Amino acid sequence: MTIQTFPAGKDGENGTPPEGTEKTDSPGRSGEPGATGAQGTPVEVAPVLTTVVPAGARRRGVPRWVRRPVGPLCLLAAWQIAVWTGSASTELLASPWTVVTTFADLVGNGELPKAILVSLRRAGTGLLLGGFIGITLALLAGLFRLGEDLIDAAVQMIRTVPFVGLIPLFIIWFGIGERPKTALVAFGVAFPLYLNTYAGIRNVDATLVEAARTVGLGRAGLIRHVILPGALPNVLVGLRFSLGIAWLALIFAEQINANRGLGHLMNRAQEFQRTDIIVVCLVVYALLGLAVDAVVRLLERLLLSWRPAFSGA
Amino acid sequence: MATGLQRSVTATGGGTEAPPAVVVRNLRRSFGDTTVIDDLSLSVPAGQFVTLLGRSGCGKSTLLRILADLDNEISGEVRIASRRAVAFQSPRLLPWKRVWRNVVLGLPGRPDRARALAALEEVGLAHRADAWPKTLSGGEAQRASLARALVRDPELMLLDEPFGALDALTRIRVQSLVEQLWQRHRPAILLVTHDVEEALLLADRALVMEDGVISHSVDVTLPRPRSVTDPAFVELRAELLARLGVGASSPS
Repeated sequence: MTIQTFPAGKDGENGTPPEGTEKTDSPGRSGEPGATGAQGTPVEVAPVLTTVVPAGARRRGVPRWVRRPVGPLCLLAAWQIAVWTGSASTELLASPWTVVTTFADLVGNGELPKAILVSLRRAGTGLLLGGFIGITLALLAGLFRLGEDLIDAAVQMIRTVPFVGLIPLFIIWFGIGERPKTALVAFGVAFPLYLNTYAGIRNVDATLVEAARTVGLGRAGLIRHVILPGALPNVLVGLRFSLGIAWLALIFAEQINANRGLGHLMNRAQEFQRTDIIVVCLVVYALLGLAVDAVVRLLERLLLSWRPAFSGA
Repeated sequence: MATGLQRSVTATGGGTEAPPAVVVRNLRRSFGDTTVIDDLSLSVPAGQFVTLLGRSGCGKSTLLRILADLDNEISGEVRIASRRAVAFQSPRLLPWKRVWRNVVLGLPGRPDRARALAALEEVGLAHRADAWPKTLSGGEAQRASLARALVRDPELMLLDEPFGALDALTRIRVQSLVEQLWQRHRPAILLVTHDVEEALLLADRALVMEDGVISHSVDVTLPRPRSVTDPAFVELRAELLARLGVGASSPS
């Protein structure tokens, strides 16, 4: 009886159910399944039990800080081995070891630290300038209706312009010195900060705002104690985006008419076909990016310590 | 019929010797075409514990929001004590401020830790003063929210189903805590609930809200602390349940 009714009901969905139905139905055949449950007689088939593994037991083995660098190191090793075995040409890409020695040379003659300092200053100035503009605009647009009406549409429009396309314009406006480079970084940085700060302000939990009003907070108090701290997680997300873009903008900006900085070093290396120097510069860019990201993560840990976050399984 | 009852409610409230902590006359509140509160009048004397019962959607939370000055799209007259505090169904603590800073939030001057600790002590939560709100249990968070209300030394406390989200055991504990705090500080309390037992355990006066007006008012004179097994209590409960349309007998 049951076997007949079951497939009939599931027929429309797929063709396989009859097989499954027969299987699940056979153990129950010795007694009516419904009757067994109702009368409370012992179940004949014991449920399969799964042991819950305590979290501590699962975390055995290699600690994470050892585990994490393994991937990149394997990649490097593979590259070096490829060079040694002759399957990778050193003309096109210098071997990791050459890169290491070049790095030591460039640090030794002071060329690299000087270039890094110049580039860092450009990125830093641009970041400060762009961050100030982006966050100020976001505060005006986020906190005041008038600000939103005046600012938001304009910003949303301008942000669709690919900032790299502005380089020629910036050169005309600012010449070829430091200013177009700083301006490009600032331009790229301002938008992620604006968007995230604005969204953060507008997404602050309305029930918290209400609760804060009932304890007598005025407008200034609401902004200081509720809205800004509530928007902070988003601001930090925006900051991370901005930092990524700051490096990107810097690389673009330094490719043109720079006579100092990491980009200049790379450009010159290209002229002399020194792939090792190019790779050193790329590695430096990557390391600087990592370092900056670590700073933001530290900031997050300090500023958002109230937030119990999901830390991954 | 509703108007007659309502008038008697106002009379009962106004007739007592204490000055009023809440006066509401001819209050009306609509959301679009639906009128949620329709010509409601109510008076709560200082120090009285009033519970407001009603089915969900009857407008009792709207009334409380109006009395908390969170909703002023109204017509009619509403006067409320200026020192008042609200506790909501969810604790609504700012997650980025430690518990004690949440308690004194909005008080003038610098955050006064001693004052916060005194309030937290009263609700039995002084040991969690430095915790982040998100690490509190439901009952702890609700007690912190009560401390935040208490620290303002309110003349009127508005409680919007503050026990609604608590488990049965915690609920009993927080209920008796609210009663103790009320007996110690004697604010007027308006407690919105849909739990008849809770209303009768705590209230001097239980109001039933229906169709946007207060349709019924019961003075609860049972001695405190009250017991749910007291025959007089059981009788009152049956009467109120009937008023709410749940009991065995019909309201007529």
